[in-house]
Amino acid sequence: MSATAVTASGRPARRARRRPSPLVLAAAVVMGLVLCCALLGEVLAPHDPDAQQLLVGLQTPSFAHPLGTDDSGRDMLSRLIVGARAAVVGPALIALGSGLVGTLVGVSAGYLGGWRDAVIMRAVDLLYALPPLLVAIVLIGVLGGGYTVAIAILMLLSAPADTRIMRGATLEQRARPYVDAARTVGVPPRRIMFRHIWPNLLPLLAANAFLTFAYSLVALSALSFLGLGADPGAPDWGRMLSDNLPLLQDNPAAVLAPGIALVLTAMAMNLLGDWAYERLADRGRAR
Amino acid sequence: MSGTRLGAYVARRVVVLLALLALLSLIVFGLLYLAPGDTVQVLLGTRPASPETIAALRKQFHLDRPFLEQYWIWLSHAAQLDFGTSVRSGRTVASMIGGRAAVSGFLAVYALVLALGVGVPLGVLAAVRKRTAVDRGVVGLSVLGVSAPAFVTAVVLLYVFAVILGWFPVYGAGSGFVDRFWHLTLPALALSLTGLALIVKLTRAAMLTTLEQDYVGFALARGVPARRVLTRYALRNALVPIVTAAGLVLTVLLTGAVLVETTFSLPGVGSLLVEAVANKDVPVVQALAILLAAIVVLVNLVVDVLYTVIDPRIGFGRQAA
Repeated sequence: MSATAVTASGRPARRARRRPSPLVLAAAVVMGLVLCCALLGEVLAPHDPDAQQLLVGLQTPSFAHPLGTDDSGRDMLSRLIVGARAAVVGPALIALGSGLVGTLVGVSAGYLGGWRDAVIMRAVDLLYALPPLLVAIVLIGVLGGGYTVAIAILMLLSAPADTRIMRGATLEQRARPYVDAARTVGVPPRRIMFRHIWPNLLPLLAANAFLTFAYSLVALSALSFLGLGADPGAPDWGRMLSDNLPLLQDNPAAVLAPGIALVLTAMAMNLLGDWAYERLADRGRAR
Repeated sequence: MSGTRLGAYVARRVVVLLALLALLSLIVFGLLYLAPGDTVQVLLGTRPASPETIAALRKQFHLDRPFLEQYWIWLSHAAQLDFGTSVRSGRTVASMIGGRAAVSGFLAVYALVLALGVGVPLGVLAAVRKRTAVDRGVVGLSVLGVSAPAFVTAVVLLYVFAVILGWFPVYGAGSGFVDRFWHLTLPALALSLTGLALIVKLTRAAMLTTLEQDYVGFALARGVPARRVLTRYALRNALVPIVTAAGLVLTVLLTGAVLVETTFSLPGVGSLLVEAVANKDVPVVQALAILLAAIVVLVNLVVDVLYTVIDPRIGFGRQAA
C-alpha cells in the first residue's frame, strides 16, 4: 500500500499529470457533444422541436420519444438537443465580452498604475461585491426583460473578476526584463501593453474564459428559469425546467433532463477550466 | 485590540456603509424613475383612466413632484423603515416584507448551518486524507456543487425525496417550528449545496497550507494529540479564508434563496422579489434592492470584524479597507 503510494507520487505520477485525467477527458467529450448539438441542432433532433401535437399530449418516455413529450406534445429530446444552442451562444458571448473588457481595463490599470489603477480597482471592488444574479434580477425588473439585456448585464458583472486577474498578471509581467527592454528602446506604452504583454496573458485569459462560461451558463439559465431570460416557449434549458415543473409527477424526464444537461455542461466547463489553470501553473514552475 | 478601537472602527465603517447605501438607493431610485412603463398605468389597473383619477394617483404617489423631491420624500420615509405602499396589493411594503421574512430567515439560517456544519469537516477531512479516494470524492462533489444551480438541485431533491420516496412534503412552508423544519429541509439542502461546495474547496485549500507549517510538525513530534493539533493549531489558523468564504456564501445564499423559494413555491422574500419584478411593483423592488444591499454590506462588515477576533495580528482599517 505504502510502496505504491510512493511510486504514485514519484516519476510516473508526474508523467501522468501531463496527460489529462479521465475526468477531464470525459468533460471534453461532454463539451464536444454539446457543441455538436449546438451546431447541428435541427439536423440531429428526431422531431421538430417546436411542433405541437396536441393529440399526442403529455407522454412518458417511449421508443418514439425517448424523453417523452410535454403537455402540448412537443418532443423533449429534440427540444433538449436544440436547447444546446442557447446554452452555448449566450455564455460564450458573456465569456468573450467580459474577457475583452477585463483585458482592456485590467492590462491598462496594471501597466499604467498610479491614480488610474487606484480609481479602476476601487470601482472593480465595488462591482465585485455585488451578487450578479440579484443585480441582474433587479435591473431586468427595471429595464424590462429580454435575453439580450440579461446577456449584457451578466457581461458587465463578470468583467470585474477578469479585470482583477488580468491586472495581477500584468503586474507580474511588467517586472520582467523584456518589458524594461521594450521601454528602453522607446516602444510606446499601448504597443507594449497589447503587442508585448498581452500575448503572454492569452493562456490565462483562455483558462479563465472556461470558468466564466460555466458561471454565466448557470446564471443565464437561472434568469430564464425565473422567466426573466429566454422568451416563453423558447428551447432553453432553464426555461424548459420551469415550464415543465408542474409535470414532475407525470413525466419527470421532461424536468430532470434539462437540469442534468445544464449541470453536466457547467461541470465539464469547470473541470476544463481548472485543468487549464493547473497546466498553466505547471508551465510556470517549469520555466 | 482594545474595545474602544474596535468601537471606533465599527463606527467609521457604519458611516461609510450608510453613505454607500444612500448612494445605492439614489441609483436604484434613478433607474426606476427612468425605466420604461408608466407606474400610473399599473396603479390604474382596470379602472377607467379619467384625468381626475390619474391626477389623484399621481398626487398620492408624489409622481407630480420633481425627481430629487420624489427621492427625498422616499428616502426620509425609508429612513424610518416606511417604504411606501405596493402599487399592486395596496399593502405597505414593510408589512409585505415583514410577513415573508420569517420563512426566508429560517431557510437562510438552516442552509448556513448546513453549509458550515457539513462543509468545514468535509474540507478538513479531504485535506487530512490528501490524495486518497476520500479526497478525490470530496473534491468531485464540490465541483458538482459549484456547477449545479440551486434550482436544478431543488428539482432533483424534490423528485427523489418528495415524489418517489415521499419522505418530505412537496410544497408549503409549514407552521410551528418542527413542521417548518420538516417542510424546509429539502429547500435548505438545495440552497446550501453551492455554499457548501465553496466552503469545502476553501477549507481544504487553507488546511493544506497550514498542515504543511512547521508548528504543526513540531506539535505532532512533541506528542500533542493529533485531534488537538488539528482543531486548535491548524484549523484556527485556517479560519481566516474560511470566514471570508462564509461571507461569500451568505451572498450566494441570498441569490439561491430567490431560485429555491420560487421552485418550492415558498412565501419568502426571494419569491416576493421575483413577483415584484414580474408585476413592475416599483416600491417593492426598491425596498428589496436596498434591503439586499444592506445585508451584503453588513455581512462584509461582520466578516472584517471577525478577522480581527480570529487573528489579532490583523489590524483595523488597513487590512479591511
